[in-house]
Amino acid sequence: MTHPSDTGPAPVVALKGISKSFGAVRALRDVSLELFPGEVHALAGENGAGKSTLIKTLAGVHRPDAGHVLLDGEPVVFHGPGDARDAGIAVIYQEPTLFPDLSIAENIFMGRQPRRALGRIDHKATHAATLALMQRLGVELDPDRPARGLSIADQQIVEIAKALSFDARVLIMDEPTAALTGSEVARLFGVVRTLQEQGAAVLFISHRLEEIFQICRRVTTLRDGAWIASELLDGMTEDDLVRRMVGRDLDELYPKQDVRPGEVALSVRRLTREGVFTDVSFEVRRGEIVGLAGLVGAGRTEVARAVFGIDRWDGGEVSVDGRKLTNGAPSTAMAAGLALVPEDRRAQGLVMDMSIERNIGLTGLRTTVKAGLMDRGAERSRSLDWAVKLQVKYARIADTVSTLSGGNQQKVVLAKWLATQPKVLIVDEPTRGIDVGTKSEVHRLLSQLAADGVAVLMISSDLPEVLGMADRVLVMHEGRLTAEIPRSDATEETVMAAATGRAAA
Amino acid sequence: MPESLTRAIRWDTVVGALLIVVLLLSFGFVDGFGNALNLSFLIGNTLPIALIALPMTLLVVSGEIDLSVASTAGLSGAVMGALWNQGMTIETIIPLCLLLGVVCGLINGLLVTKLGLPSLAVTIGTLAAYRGIAQIVLGSDAVTDFPSQYLDFAAGRIGDTFIPYAFLPFLVLLAIAVVALHATPFGRSVFAIGASEEAARFAGIRVKRQKLILFTVTGLMASLTGVFWALHYASARYDNATGLELSVVAAVLLGGIDFDGGKGTLGGAIAGVFLLGALQNVMSLQDVSAQSQIVVTGVLLVLSVLGPRVARQISVARAGRRAASTPTS
Repeated sequence: MTHPSDTGPAPVVALKGISKSFGAVRALRDVSLELFPGEVHALAGENGAGKSTLIKTLAGVHRPDAGHVLLDGEPVVFHGPGDARDAGIAVIYQEPTLFPDLSIAENIFMGRQPRRALGRIDHKATHAATLALMQRLGVELDPDRPARGLSIADQQIVEIAKALSFDARVLIMDEPTAALTGSEVARLFGVVRTLQEQGAAVLFISHRLEEIFQICRRVTTLRDGAWIASELLDGMTEDDLVRRMVGRDLDELYPKQDVRPGEVALSVRRLTREGVFTDVSFEVRRGEIVGLAGLVGAGRTEVARAVFGIDRWDGGEVSVDGRKLTNGAPSTAMAAGLALVPEDRRAQGLVMDMSIERNIGLTGLRTTVKAGLMDRGAERSRSLDWAVKLQVKYARIADTVSTLSGGNQQKVVLAKWLATQPKVLIVDEPTRGIDVGTKSEVHRLLSQLAADGVAVLMISSDLPEVLGMADRVLVMHEGRLTAEIPRSDATEETVMAAATGRAAA
Repeated sequence: MPESLTRAIRWDTVVGALLIVVLLLSFGFVDGFGNALNLSFLIGNTLPIALIALPMTLLVVSGEIDLSVASTAGLSGAVMGALWNQGMTIETIIPLCLLLGVVCGLINGLLVTKLGLPSLAVTIGTLAAYRGIAQIVLGSDAVTDFPSQYLDFAAGRIGDTFIPYAFLPFLVLLAIAVVALHATPFGRSVFAIGASEEAARFAGIRVKRQKLILFTVTGLMASLTGVFWALHYASARYDNATGLELSVVAAVLLGGIDFDGGKGTLGGAIAGVFLLGALQNVMSLQDVSAQSQIVVTGVLLVLSVLGPRVARQISVARAGRRAASTPTS
């Protein structure tokens, strides 16, 4: 494995022999990376491999303990993110933070708007400059629109435009596609290609390997803080890349077991929530994994929320094992044997400031009780049990969940719900933003649950995941169920056709 | 770093230590502080704050607040006086006053949970409204002629000790509150709601119901305090307990209850209450004017919001260093 020397121009920015430690943890050990103008370069590695530290070093957030950052071949020291930005390095995070009440243009030029006489803000010039940026990106967004209500995809575009307005030559994109739908990813890639043609260097991070192969030319792999390889993607396979990342062959990513479906466990009849979804009916049987596909905004999450009782429905009914659920009452849904692993684990799945033990314990407030008081021994052993079963990596069960990596947080959410021993498990984007190793663990777990007779409804925007795991695929489009596709007929084409409303399958 | 060290700088422990220091200094240096009679006054005068602080602690942990408590106390005292003037027996009057407190709390709770209004705004409104009703009910009268056995109970102490009679039922209520917050599923859900209402809802916790219960109990305790106040000071007036909410909130926050909810212990809150009570007592002994005492309470309120945050930042920094020295993956 050697550093590449197949290049004409000099690298815009390079890291040479970077090491960085936090206490006793060596986050980066002698890592090197070169970014050339006009290249999209992937940074691959599992959670905890050191990707974030590397990005933060490039962005001027961390100062390396050893090694150099080279800008146009010259060593530089960034004293803060401002230095890196002035040097033309911009980071686009997974979830942008815009000011919701300001317009797109104001967000882009925050604090440095063009001025007119007497220091008044020149709205016309701001508008025009924003429009020019959008044209450069080949995107249509109204500069005067407030940031509130923009999709995450659009917010990222605004962040990219903002980076361009700072004359960024290096764009670091940290899992930009994690929360995007297929068509949004396609648009983002269009923007990335445009930037590439204009000579920018892009460092691209994604857990979705197929995206890396789709958009990137070279890849640098990190494992446990160490540089493993920088190489051309051409000629590599996904398996090669996974082997570099995890250091071993990974078991099959979609270990779906064949299970003969049993009784109907979850039955949803003509469920309607006005203006959100209409007339949705489906069943999930014991032992089945049913995928629920569709574009973001199609109403999948909303159906799950209503079924579980977070939102009220306006019509229809839901029953678990033949027992009708009360409208808008999660506690009765839980008592009936329903569990929901929500989409947003940080806001909905976990109380971030609470310990692992207490988070898992939250679903046991009715069971780990003795004479009306919490049975702490029972609570702890229940939490420990499930944390161990799901192989959550933690130092102490009393540590707050915010100290865990994303993948381990997701395992805590799963543990919390599996501890209720549900008959029906709804998982909403169960593997979003978690590394490939944990992802395959989650898949094996779901498969095992189904084999044990749990009815699983899996909402996912990750099509390969839906196709790999589901016995049947339900597809929603604009608030309606548009197709039900058996496993044998489910392909990216049939699912996408139904999801975009192009055809009724 | 050993866990005991990071624990040691928890804010509630700091306040407990501070309380002990203030008591020791006062015993040593403040004339007239250490005798049993003064100590019984200290406790008796602090009991109204302490009584309301019990439910207020749970309410603030859940992320809400009730600023109308002093007005509810005043209203229930005023109603008590008015009904007494009507010739009703005290044994009938007191349950009616407590029921009134339940209604006051329920109104606050329904406005917050059913209409989704912020409790800060709702209870500033009812703060004014309940006090206004108190004035309509009793006017500028002062009712003082309650039965002497009740007055004696509310103002007296056990023999020559420093313990007021009323302190004993308070200890029972304190025990109930500690168990409710720290040892029951209800208490767990209160912490979860305060730390993340959305995550609590997704865990099947009935957030609105729990909040309604908390507001109602707070109203009940506020009216109980109103009854105690009128008997303790042998005077039922519409303006009884005016401004008491400031002391209660200051004491609770001083005790390390996070204003944003989700964090704190009842032990800390009660330490905060008696720290404030001791300071007020010492200031009175030193002839510090009532107005200046309010200034001190206000300053304490600000410091108490600041203090726990600083303490937590230090402990987070330490925990961060600790976590960094024990790799997990």
